[in-house]
Amino acid sequence: MTTHHASHDHAHPAHLAHHFDTPRQQYDSAKIGMWVFLATEILMFGGLFVAYAVWRSLHPEVFLYAHTELSWKLGFINTIFLIASSLTMALAVRAAQMSNKKVLIIMLLLTLLGGVGFLCVKTVEYGSKLQHDLWVGPSNKYHPQYEGTHKPGEHHGHGDDHHAPAQAAPAAAATAQATEEVAPERTILPAAALPPGGLAPEVLAPDEHHHVAKHSLSYEQLTPRTKESVHQFFQIYFLMTGLHTIHVLIGMGLMIWLLVKALKNTFSSAFFTPVDIVGLYWHLVDLIWIFLFPLLYLIH
Amino acid sequence: MSHHSADTHHDAHHDELAHPLPLKLLFGVFGWLMVFTFLTVAATWIDLGNFNIVLALAIAVIKAILVCLYFMHLRYENPFYSMVLVTSLAFVGLFMGVALIDTHQYEPNVQSRLQEQLKAAAAEAGVAAPAATDAPASAESSAPRH
Repeated sequence: MTTHHASHDHAHPAHLAHHFDTPRQQYDSAKIGMWVFLATEILMFGGLFVAYAVWRSLHPEVFLYAHTELSWKLGFINTIFLIASSLTMALAVRAAQMSNKKVLIIMLLLTLLGGVGFLCVKTVEYGSKLQHDLWVGPSNKYHPQYEGTHKPGEHHGHGDDHHAPAQAAPAAAATAQATEEVAPERTILPAAALPPGGLAPEVLAPDEHHHVAKHSLSYEQLTPRTKESVHQFFQIYFLMTGLHTIHVLIGMGLMIWLLVKALKNTFSSAFFTPVDIVGLYWHLVDLIWIFLFPLLYLIH
Repeated sequence: MSHHSADTHHDAHHDELAHPLPLKLLFGVFGWLMVFTFLTVAATWIDLGNFNIVLALAIAVIKAILVCLYFMHLRYENPFYSMVLVTSLAFVGLFMGVALIDTHQYEPNVQSRLQEQLKAAAAEAGVAAPAATDAPASAESSAPRH
């Protein structure tokens, strides 16, 4: 094919890897590679979204109730952080394309800061969950094998953004106590608080799903069988947001890598590919959160 | 790809990889994303029943389209990249659609099996079966299992 140039002249710039003929071929290859990778990421998260969809369609009441343990305000702040960081990432790509090293570095730093902000809010959220026994598995106060002292259904307003001590209504405490005492082991049966042979209406009438309450439910409004399923909401919540947070962390690592390269004058209008494709990854992370936020935090 | 009038630079610009987007466009997209985010939250304050989730997802899709077209540059790229994206979404849709259809088709089977097990356990506990009222405050009933 083409004659191989031993020296780095204009026809073979330094940033062009030797297995590519032209910069455009290299650029297109990188882009196709990243887009195909993003497709696999969409499929991976898609699996979790399918789990969410199946579970929510089977137990809408669980979701209508359990989301009240989350703080939509914190989720909203996280959404703002990620969308803003998407903007700064797009501005970083633009700066690289215009060979503007100073703006590029500022934008990369701002994008990184957006990620840091997201992580801080996430830490507050997860910390609050841990504190209120809303963690994974048996540490979750709604789990049948829970052995702690927190009462299910007892929470202050909308989750983590309040710090007032919980004021459980007497009715809620009584119900919760009954449910806790009688179901220490995992059973397929509803709690023995339910009259035996008294089947939950949803068992007898599957089309009950169509008459689910429109507003958030309180704990007392749930059937005992539904109460047994509430902890599943938290498994789904932690899986989805956890996997997403890992992706944010990876993105932040990539941002630092870009920053180091940018400081070494690697990028210009002739070669900005890594900034471009890391940008694509970061936008995908933002996209996933755009869907996670309403699905987990804004269920009404 | 921008076309400049100077013919001597014609080839170079065809090969030019850089396509910086105008600042107004990027900030404009950001503005709309903020607007839609506020709308998503505001929509939860109105009760539209089952339509709420449809509306929430519709707004999310609009935000996603804005991010993909402009931030991810798909509007100005080779349509092949858009095809890769759409294909992956189509497969997720297929996955979700069939899983949901399947789930609901077999739900009556699951329910009747559960019903059998409940009846069997009730018979074991030796208690008669009154009509099903699933009142939450019925803590004082029944033979305790432990």
